[in-house]
Amino acid sequence: MPRLTMVQAIRDALCVALRTDPHVLVLGEDVGKNGGVFRATEGLWEEFGDNRVIDTPLSEAGIVGTSIGLAVSGFKPVAEIQFLSFIYPGFEQVVAHCARLRTRTQSAFPNSLVIRAPYGGGIRAPELHCDSTESLFVHIPGLKVVTPSTPSDAKGLLLAAIQDPDPVIYLEPMKLYRSVKEEVPEGWYEVPIGEAKKVREGEDVTLIAWGAMVPIAVQAADAWIKEGVTCDIIDLRSLYPLDEETIVESVKKTGRVIIVHEAPKTAGLGAEIAAFIQEEAFLYLEAPVARVTGYDVPVPMFALEDAFRPDIHRISRAIHQVISY
Amino acid sequence: MFNQWESEWVQYITPEGEITPTGEKVWDEKSTEEKLRFYRWMTFIRLFDRKMVVLQRQGRIGTYAPLEGQEAAQVGSALALKQEDWVFPSYRDHGVAMIVGMPLTQIILYWAGRVEGCKPPEGVRIMPPAVPIATQIPHAVGAAWGSKLRKENSVAVAYFGDGATSEGDFHEACNFAGVFQLPAILFCQNNGYAISVPFTRQSASKTVAQKASAYNFPGICVDGNDVLAVFEVMKQAVERARQGEGPTLIEAVTYRKGAHTTADDATRYRPFDEVEEWINKRDPLIRYITLLKNEGLLTEQEERDWEENAKQKIEQAVKEAEAIPPKPSTHLFAHVYAKLPPALEKQKEELLKKEGTYHA
Ligand SMILES: Cc1ncc(C[n+]2csc(CCOP(=O)(O)OP(=O)(O)O)c2C)c(N)n1
Repeated sequence: MPRLTMVQAIRDALCVALRTDPHVLVLGEDVGKNGGVFRATEGLWEEFGDNRVIDTPLSEAGIVGTSIGLAVSGFKPVAEIQFLSFIYPGFEQVVAHCARLRTRTQSAFPNSLVIRAPYGGGIRAPELHCDSTESLFVHIPGLKVVTPSTPSDAKGLLLAAIQDPDPVIYLEPMKLYRSVKEEVPEGWYEVPIGEAKKVREGEDVTLIAWGAMVPIAVQAADAWIKEGVTCDIIDLRSLYPLDEETIVESVKKTGRVIIVHEAPKTAGLGAEIAAFIQEEAFLYLEAPVARVTGYDVPVPMFALEDAFRPDIHRISRAIHQVISY
Repeated sequence: MFNQWESEWVQYITPEGEITPTGEKVWDEKSTEEKLRFYRWMTFIRLFDRKMVVLQRQGRIGTYAPLEGQEAAQVGSALALKQEDWVFPSYRDHGVAMIVGMPLTQIILYWAGRVEGCKPPEGVRIMPPAVPIATQIPHAVGAAWGSKLRKENSVAVAYFGDGATSEGDFHEACNFAGVFQLPAILFCQNNGYAISVPFTRQSASKTVAQKASAYNFPGICVDGNDVLAVFEVMKQAVERARQGEGPTLIEAVTYRKGAHTTADDATRYRPFDEVEEWINKRDPLIRYITLLKNEGLLTEQEERDWEENAKQKIEQAVKEAEAIPPKPSTHLFAHVYAKLPPALEKQKEELLKKEGTYHA
């Protein structure tokens, strides 16, 4: 098995999909000749040509809107939005059409499309490139939302997204694009949408994270092992639909939960998960569900991004807080 | 790749540094001081730009968007503005920003990831660089609207690239500007590429300028590497706007000599010959220096002196910017609201607690 970074694994998934299914198209800004600003589509234009790997004009409404039309006509577009922070011109297309097309046509037409977008901070990117707005999409019925934290999950989730009959927002944590390499299976395989992954088995605290927060949660948890505190760590992978079973099972075991996300706190996905946990496992809770999140401020320019993003210290404090409650 | 523009554009100085027949009168009417001012700014901006690329390579600032090659477009247009005019720039318009009064230290801070660098001094009507493409264009139109409603004399300029013309915001802004006859100037630096995507993939229109006709106001194409032509075209557009005659779309045809940003590798998508041609034969500064020298307005010595002077000012600004103490973490909460809501006060306290961190 080749050892790949996440961005290479994403590229590999796109390549496998383009080879396997003639209906798959890759389109977006700079995805063709340039191979993508993060190199996620490197070499695909050369291999599959200008009709399947398509440099579009600079227009997110155009990219998402035409992807919907292509999907309706039977293609499977995999649209790249260069950074999630720049999707807003296309947001209307996502919300008003993409998400509800199945309902509005009563499943008369196919609506299988994937929107890929890099997101999140931690790489000293320029202003406004670093938002984590996953909850905007999770909130929209009709969409599925996924985000990987490892190269092999990245490939399997992307192929599952491409195979899915419904539109999938596929979020790529930029911080993890090149942070690790691991062995990634060759060919087509899928990581089922809706299944979380247990990253660590533990007894005392459940840590729920996704994307770039997963490795930080792991680091924070590791620091507590010598104190005799072990954490069950869940990488959600699928933000909608949630793997309710895995969450509930873990909470019933530990009784203490911390949700970690980079997005601001208010109306972040952590709020939804906390609400769900108290609905399903209230009597098992030994402490209030804690959240470690970005602050409710505009994501800062990079000089202050370390102060904004959850780090091991804040997670450690939360662990201390829930076990000593 | 230039034919479609060359047949239509305004050009007063050829790439060889000669005044065109139509340019003679314009040139003759300029004072020596005005002529030298173009040179000084273009040189200063180029040296600043190069310094910023070096700072990025040294890790002293973050990713940076170089403008080398676009100096004439920025200098010519910005010098046609007055103090009361509004400027809505993109992320590549540091040249414009400097000319209208943004201190170098601020520009450096901005690229060092420090939000303080966004703030202009009192009385300078420039917004922070717009990062999402084309979003600043409607703002300029709105500010122009404000000026019209208040019966002020000021105009508003949006600076953007060719890629921006593919976004709805560009067209919607044009439409408002046309419908309400606003004193707005939509200034497009068409540098041929939006990152890797050439203009031919951006639009089936022959030019950006022609798009104005759909909105029923003038669209003018100008050799964007000819500072004199850019200045004149901009001056006329500004005058029209001030006199209540409505908006103008200006397309300054230019080229970014370097990469899109310091994170980009332009050799992946631009043909070598094309780049060479623009760098060696069409450079805005070289042609202007040639002209000044031929006219006896600039000597080698004066050139060296000015470059030396510019470099010193730039070094000084870098020193000053780097000496400005970083903002504390709690600055995250500054300027988010006029008055911080209680929930945010709590978050701020929590952040302060983090400073005395709990370690497992
Ligand atoms: C809405 C939006 N989409 C995508 C991007 C990513 N992006 C940054 S610069 C750029 C190209 C812009 O090209 P152009 O408008 O021609 O200006 P130039 O960079 O050439 O000055 C792109 C696609 C963005 N910043 N905003």
